[in-house]
Amino acid sequence: MSDSEAFRAETRVWLEANCPLGARNLPNAPENSVWGGRNPHWPSGDQKLWLERMAERGWTVPEWPKEFGGGGLDKHEAAVLAQEMARIGAHSPLASLGIWMLGPALLEFGTDKQKRKYLPDIAKGKVRWAQGYSEPGAGSDLAGVQTRGELVDGKWVVNGQKIWTTYGDKCDMIFALVRTEPDVPKHQGISFLLLDMDQDGITTRPIELINGDAHFCETFFDNAVTDQANIVGERGQGWTVAKFLLGHERAMIGQASGAGMGKPLEEVAKGTLGVDGLRAEPALRQEIVDNLLGSWVMQIAMERMRDQARAHAMNPHTPSVLKLTGTELNYARTELVGALNGIETLTMGDGDTRRWLSAPANCIAGGSNEIQLNILAKRALELPEQK
Amino acid sequence: MALVLNDDEVMLADATRGLLDRAAPVSAFRALRDSGDALRYSPELLAALAENGLVAPNIAEEDGGVGMGAAAVAVIVEQAAHNLAAAPLISAAMAAELIGWLGSPGQREALLSAIMTGELVVACALEEAGRHNPAKVETSFDNKVLTGRKTAVIDGVGAGRMLVSAANSDRVGLYLVDPAVDGCIVEAIAAVDGRNLATVRLDGAPAEALGGDDADEAISAAIDLGRALLAAELLGLADHAFDMTVSYLKERKQFDRIIGTYQALQHRAARLYARLDLARSVVLKALRALDEKSDETSLLASLAKCVMTELARDVLVEAVQMHGGIGVTDEFDLGLYFKRVRVSGDLLGDDRFHAERLAQEKWGL
Repeated sequence: MSDSEAFRAETRVWLEANCPLGARNLPNAPENSVWGGRNPHWPSGDQKLWLERMAERGWTVPEWPKEFGGGGLDKHEAAVLAQEMARIGAHSPLASLGIWMLGPALLEFGTDKQKRKYLPDIAKGKVRWAQGYSEPGAGSDLAGVQTRGELVDGKWVVNGQKIWTTYGDKCDMIFALVRTEPDVPKHQGISFLLLDMDQDGITTRPIELINGDAHFCETFFDNAVTDQANIVGERGQGWTVAKFLLGHERAMIGQASGAGMGKPLEEVAKGTLGVDGLRAEPALRQEIVDNLLGSWVMQIAMERMRDQARAHAMNPHTPSVLKLTGTELNYARTELVGALNGIETLTMGDGDTRRWLSAPANCIAGGSNEIQLNILAKRALELPEQK
Repeated sequence: MALVLNDDEVMLADATRGLLDRAAPVSAFRALRDSGDALRYSPELLAALAENGLVAPNIAEEDGGVGMGAAAVAVIVEQAAHNLAAAPLISAAMAAELIGWLGSPGQREALLSAIMTGELVVACALEEAGRHNPAKVETSFDNKVLTGRKTAVIDGVGAGRMLVSAANSDRVGLYLVDPAVDGCIVEAIAAVDGRNLATVRLDGAPAEALGGDDADEAISAAIDLGRALLAAELLGLADHAFDMTVSYLKERKQFDRIIGTYQALQHRAARLYARLDLARSVVLKALRALDEKSDETSLLASLAKCVMTELARDVLVEAVQMHGGIGVTDEFDLGLYFKRVRVSGDLLGDDRFHAERLAQEKWGL
């Protein structure tokens, strides 16, 4: 038996024995997500047990080094683990901006001390992280952030306001883009700071969206403080870290949107109008087929992106491509599902309707789609800017 | 296999590009077109490509071939598209596929090495409808002769042999015919893109069966290959026209500014870039499926042809528009690509044909 087969066999046995039934075959819905943190909410006892067991093996972050709480698996082993989890319908044990966003940034730019301090708690789900990027005056022009950070007696003192902080009211810590050098060009004056949100200087206020959710917050910094050492990368180099993370975020939004949620569109069509009913509406059918074609293309493009990552041959512009395409397709798909479901489901209580109302936000978040087009024009095509 | 070109494929692409840039610049295609030459491809170029093992490399090693797959053929076809290189590459690969699949040992020996060396051009006459319809086979094979009419035969003019699909009682077989015989009349379609394309009238033309009388599976496989190769050709054409356009956006000035600084144009170009990036993976996916004999090969070949036909058309329409007046002149090369994209797009099914096929066969709609 090859090493890889042995690993698969071993993993299969362990998963069978350790993945509780209550952590299997759960619908991919927000209420089933485990976010961990200092005050964790557990959808079920089984999911708590599942997270603890996975964290123990470092398998919440299979590819991170073992010394930082990871599983130390190579890409191939991680792929086997994912396949074996999918085989038994094992739910992802931990949803976390720490895993998706901050972790990769710390692994790339963090000091050894920062990695030891923060990564294991992220891996175990002990600390829940928020992202402090956008501001009321810095949306598409993210590098225009005005939240100020000043070094006073060995501590950063932060003042200003962030917005669209995902689950800001439920998070323990925040990584934030803060202007620490006000007198240099805007891209060079930003630092990437880490702050504990459990302090009087930080308050949050949820914002209700058109889909009824209030996951996004405004976050206010009023003489908030953090230790001088809590800066990732050099002072003034925060934009480099931010850009690295935005690549991750875009690919993530694109993939999540492209993969879609809920029933496949063709199944919705068959279950509502039916094949004959759909053929009687060629205009609608055409839009559905176009959307299915686009989704299939996205799926193949994501497969290629994973292959390219393995071969260290990534096209650096692909995250923008996936973000742009995935979110547009997702909007069109949710809109078509609504058209098929009919008028009685156009209520806030309907999951498909809420997905439709969530879809426009994805076209805006992570750099609006117009920003992605600007990025492609400037970086991929090297088209000149107007002076 | 991974959806990334491997080292061999990258080397093959570089070598092909190098050879074609020397032996077949776009100006050579233009000169050939202007000469009115009936063959519409260059025998010298075919010989040069053959000498370098670039003609039908999908012929199996046991048949004396290079034994590479569809992906390798596509690498060559895609590079040829950049230069509009006038050589019968797709017809050779499709014929090789059919002969390798169906041919008797004698037929394989007589035909395959001659195709590979460029001495023999074998055209595939599989189409009977002006608008692609693979189900239509009304040509008949009866008493060892063929009767019927074929169309859209790629590289049919001047071909040394033809492979003709025809009904034999209730089955469809494939028949080898020498176009020089009585009862076989090949006529050129003066296609706008300068490609060698023909109709074939068969009026009691003597022919021999390739393999048995049931060639359905092999014909479908050859059509899948042809669709994927045309998708690769369209990718090369679209890439080339797109690169020309992006360069033009960087140099053309109006109102005292480079037109590429206008955001309206930037975003249109960026959208095409995004679609090209996505389409590249779809074309490679179809080729890998062909080489791995995946169950989804035929649908993936349709997807690739669908995506590339629509995208290449959109790229060329935008390319011409962004070039302005120069884009619609015959002396500027862009028009050659505009026309080629149209014909490559319609051969073996356009985007609408394949979207409908996928709607029914992939999604059951």
